[in-house]
Order: sequence, then structure tokens, then C-alpha cells
Amino acid sequence: MRKHFSAMKKAGLSLAFFAFISVLLVAMTNSLTKDKIIENQAMMLLSALNEVVPTDRYDNDLASSKIILTSQDTGFAKDTPVYLATLNGVPSTAIFEVTTLKGYSGAMTLLIGINANDQTLSGVRIVNHKETPGLGDKMETRKSNWVLAFNGKSLNNPDMNGWQVKKDGGKFDQFTGATITPRAIVNAIKSTLIYAQSNMNTLFQAGVK
Amino acid sequence: MTDTITVDDSLGEKIEGGTCAPEECKKIVMDGLWHNNPGLVQLLGLCPLLAVTGNFINGLGLGIATIITLTASNTIISFTRNWVRKEIRIPYYVLVIASIVTVIDLSMNAFSPELHSVLGIFIPLIVTNCVIIGRAEAFASRNKIPRAALDGFMMGLGFTLVLVALGGMREFIGNGTLFSDAAVMFGSQASNWTIRFFDNYQGLLLAILPPGAFLGMGFLIAMKNVVDKKLKK
Repeated sequence: MRKHFSAMKKAGLSLAFFAFISVLLVAMTNSLTKDKIIENQAMMLLSALNEVVPTDRYDNDLASSKIILTSQDTGFAKDTPVYLATLNGVPSTAIFEVTTLKGYSGAMTLLIGINANDQTLSGVRIVNHKETPGLGDKMETRKSNWVLAFNGKSLNNPDMNGWQVKKDGGKFDQFTGATITPRAIVNAIKSTLIYAQSNMNTLFQAGVK
Repeated sequence: MTDTITVDDSLGEKIEGGTCAPEECKKIVMDGLWHNNPGLVQLLGLCPLLAVTGNFINGLGLGIATIITLTASNTIISFTRNWVRKEIRIPYYVLVIASIVTVIDLSMNAFSPELHSVLGIFIPLIVTNCVIIGRAEAFASRNKIPRAALDGFMMGLGFTLVLVALGGMREFIGNGTLFSDAAVMFGSQASNWTIRFFDNYQGLLLAILPPGAFLGMGFLIAMKNVVDKKLKK
């Protein structure tokens, strides 16, 4: 019995010792890489935002001028961060990071840039999705130019009935073999445009504070 | 009653002798690449294998990450094999593998964010790859460092070959292309590496979806068995 106990003690202690070394190693790597990772993530976010709003359209620190819309106040599916781009202090573009749950497989995250002056789309990018590869992923810019068709569109162009995929009688192409994904994207953009129409000024006032 | 639990050694592969003689090295290499291939013979690590092989490049990405992890874990486990008591060896392996994967994940995220944005989802998957703990138990814990490292590298390479074969096969049948998305791994100069075999190919979706992974895997194993049979004759 005593022998068993001492064996257990030895095993436990040596395991604790190895665990300590491992934790030390991981903690060291974490502290060495932490700042670089945060910096990289900020750069990636900024380059994604720059795809939606060109760099000559704003001069503020875009990544940090962010407000978050809570889902219960606004009707968005998830809490929605909004990045506010200003040029010489004048509101230029608001970029909504919208999540839609209506995709074919799980949530899709879109960056939707809406110009402040005339409520047109400055650009749309899908930054995160789990749609079927080869079928539902044609909204990625490296697969096709489909998503660029939204540039310059607004609630008047096309009209409200036009904000659907062609299969539903609207103006926007669906992909061959995949209707649910484009439908979800078109709907998400449409509802964001509707939200922006009445809230654009409030957003920038909140952001300036 | 002794204070150690006896372990069945029959499953392990221990090669006697100190140095890595050419004959033994050749055996380790051939085991990893063919006779005891982790993907086709040991059938270990099927979860990441089937999940990510939608195209060639994804397969290659996971393969490289697996080679690094497997070589590092085999080396460390072989280095510490005389100090680790048999009773705690399994939790110890888990500890080592989890630490290595975390360190690789963090370093890659810091120093190569583009590559990490592609491989990022596969790297945590490597922890679930039983081939790594399998090699730790069956080989690294019983052999000297150079051999354990060679075994890790060769097993990783064998696994990578299966990944790229399956990924290439599924991409070719499913999309009619090869090397698409190479740019995410090799930078923008690789953006025109994609080979398109047919014009207006509609694609066979089944090959890209999960069932295609199982079917392709089955064909690969069957093909290996056919080749083995031919070699015997």
C-alpha cells in the first residue's frame, strides 16, 4: 500500500514538473508573440476595410473609430460593429460588419461600406463564411467578380423590388446551383441600407463623441 | 508488488543498436512513406485528413504543419524518454503535443499571418491527429533521438503525400483544376499557378463534399493494396 502511494506521489510530482515546463514554454511564446499578433490582426482588419473604402476617401484612424450596434436595438442578427470613415472631419463612409444567419451553412460576415452623402454602396466584401466550396463561395473576390456588382448601388438603384436575386424577380444574379447564399447576401445588404438610411447621421454623431 | 505498471511492448517498434545504420534508416523511411503509412495503413488522423483535402493546396498546408509537429514531438519525447515514468507517459505526450502545437500556432500567427490565415484552422486540428500520439507511443518513446526525428519526419511526409494525393484527386474531379488558391500559401506570384484542365467543366460536387473524401480515401487504399499485391508476385 505504502509502495503504491509513493509511486503515485512520484508520478504525480513528475507530471506536475513537466506540466510546469510546458506552461512556462507556452507562456513565454505567448508573451513574445502577443504584440506582433495584435499588430497583424489590426493590419488585416485595415486591409479588409480598405477593400471596401479606398484610402483616399478617409484620413482618420479607421480601425479604432468603431462603434458597436447591439442586436436588440437595431434588428441585426448579431452585434454589429460599424467603422466610421471621415475625410477632413466630414463623414465619408460607414462600414458595417454585418453577420447574417441566413446562409446555406452557418453565419456569414460581410463588410458593407455605405457612403454618407448619397447612401450608395462604396463596396461589399464577404470576410467570413462556411458556404459549400466550389458552389456557394463565388462571392469571394478571388473566385469571381460577383460581389463587385454591388458597388454604387443604393435603395433607389435598383428600386426596392429589385433588391432580390433574379430567381425571386430581382436584379441580382444568383450563382449556378446556389441561390440561398446570394439571397442571404442581397437581403443583408438591403436591410443594412434601410437601417443606414434613417440612422446615418446619428451614427456619425455618436462616433465623433 | 512492483511500483511500475507493466506495459505491453508488443505493439511498439524498437530497433536495437545506437546509431542509425543505412539499413535501419531505409526501413524507417520506407515504413513512413509506404509500408506503415499513417494515412493508408495505420489509418490514423482521418478526421483532419478527410476534412481539409478539398483541394491540393489545403492538403499540402496541413501536411507541412503535420511534418513540423510530428518531427518536433518525436524529438522531444525521445529526448525525455528515460525520465518519464511509464504510468504518466500518455498525459505527458498529450502535454508535449498540445504545447508544441500551441507554440507553432502562436509563432506562425506572429511571423507569417498570411499563411496562418490559411492554415490557422488546421493547426488546432493537428492536436486531434492520433498519428502524433501514436508515433510517440510506438516509436519515439523507445528509440534514440536521430531515429525518432527521422521517423517523425517520414511519417509526416507519408501523411502529406496522402493528403496531397487525395486533395489533388478531389480538386481535379470536383473542379477540374489543380493548385487553385496557391496564392494564399506562396504569395501573389503563385496566383496564376492554377491549372484548368477542361473548358466549361461543370464540376462534380460530390468529390468536394465529405462523401467524396471517404470515396477517394477508399480508392487510394485499394490502389495501395493492388500495388502491394503486384509487388509480392
